[in-house]
Amino acid sequence: MTVVKQKLLALSGDEAVAYAVKQSDVDVVAAYPITPQTIIVEKFSEYVHNGEVDTEFICVESEHSALTACLAAAATGARTFTASASAGLALMHEILYVTSGCRAPVVMTIVNRALSAPINIHCDHADSMVERDASWIQIYVENSQEAYDSTIQAFKIAEHPDILLPAMVMLDAFFLSHTLESVNVLLDATVREFVGTRKIPLVRSHEGKLVPFKLDPKNPVTMGPLDLYDYYFEHKKQQEEAMQRALQTIKQVHDEYGEISGRRYGNGLIDPYRLEDADIAAICVGSTAGTTKVVVDQLRAKGVKAGLLRLRTYRPFPSQDLREALENVKAIAVMDRSNSFGAYGGPIFHEVRHVLYDAPTRPQVVNYIYGLGGRDMPQALIHEIYKDLQKIVKTKRVEKPVQFIGVRE
Amino acid sequence: MTSKQKGWKEIPIAGVCWTPTTEYLTGDWRTFKPVPDLQKCNKCLLCYVYCPDGAIEWKREAEKIEFNYNYCKGCGICANECRQEAIKMVRE
Repeated sequence: MTVVKQKLLALSGDEAVAYAVKQSDVDVVAAYPITPQTIIVEKFSEYVHNGEVDTEFICVESEHSALTACLAAAATGARTFTASASAGLALMHEILYVTSGCRAPVVMTIVNRALSAPINIHCDHADSMVERDASWIQIYVENSQEAYDSTIQAFKIAEHPDILLPAMVMLDAFFLSHTLESVNVLLDATVREFVGTRKIPLVRSHEGKLVPFKLDPKNPVTMGPLDLYDYYFEHKKQQEEAMQRALQTIKQVHDEYGEISGRRYGNGLIDPYRLEDADIAAICVGSTAGTTKVVVDQLRAKGVKAGLLRLRTYRPFPSQDLREALENVKAIAVMDRSNSFGAYGGPIFHEVRHVLYDAPTRPQVVNYIYGLGGRDMPQALIHEIYKDLQKIVKTKRVEKPVQFIGVRE
Repeated sequence: MTSKQKGWKEIPIAGVCWTPTTEYLTGDWRTFKPVPDLQKCNKCLLCYVYCPDGAIEWKREAEKIEFNYNYCKGCGICANECRQEAIKMVRE
């Protein structure tokens, strides 16, 4: 397939997401507004009001209800979408597990915002990192273009009959959500064809018949009932298997999308930048990758073999791809925009270091907690990180394995 | 458990029930068993109405109540409601 015709629009990250949802033939949207996600829902409600979509738009009284409504709609076979952030996502916590447990492929945008208290509306990743264990696919985007592209891809990944897991797409508060960017959008018909209609697999019902996996009075099924020590464990194993299969599906959907749009983000799981022959590398998720690429270019111009690995998919965690991409790097800095209080470093650090334990080369891995509550991460600080890495390579010694960067003493 | 237990590859996803719940025999949860005294019973069927598990059946032919001990969990509501004191809860 060749790259199709597209339009260039000036959109903020939130508007880009709303535009993608508008094109994705979504049946039900239920949402509750919270800064900095508000524009997504506002913009989408305009589409509904103007008759540009035939989506059922449900105004609810809380985020807990928003996700519950989406879960219920998805259980009837509908394509559903919601969006939230920070405290809103925290309020959904209980229903996140019910949604994934019922294998309801809801797609949700999270505009990453710090958790209270003290109250803060700006970007860090604490809100979604804490939900890493909820059996939701998690994709973190670097810019608004990718927010648009990933939202469309998320429907196809989540609804894939082999996967049937909910998916969240994360974009950084304000840096992306409220910043105008040139975004290439596909034509409506192209997106419709790409996402298609939701395919419903068959399940064996209590009547012994094979029936569509959806709530339908004509073919009744029971989802998510009481499940004790006799079968709960088997159902959780199924979810884990679906997560592992999703590694392949995410790559495949990303490839198919790349064919028509001409846009690719690494292999869909990891997005390396000048990493092939790198001695030192940073790892991050989200918009900080953009700044880091500039720093990498500056270092390369000076002959420093620096690289970057942007983690695009955090759940499922692409262990093998990550290990292969990093095993020949000598020193690695993991940048976490959230902290696990009392732990040995941030959540991405835990996993990256853990995966590299199996690499025969066993590179040095250090951790920087940065940018909490929207604190800026300028080039100068990223240069400091690469300077530390150069020192580690030279001295073969790590002085501070885990540290906060950009915080005042 | 009353049925042969299946592995994760064999069962439907999302906890979808592949057998009717009537195959899940809950009677073995019981500590006390209701035993009717049919001499005292005046066939008012209050017990039948109150049973939360539908475990009391009215046998039309024989004109008497019958307990289905496969599902009766022994809650004792029937014995409590019976005006004739015709149901006794007996330890299993």
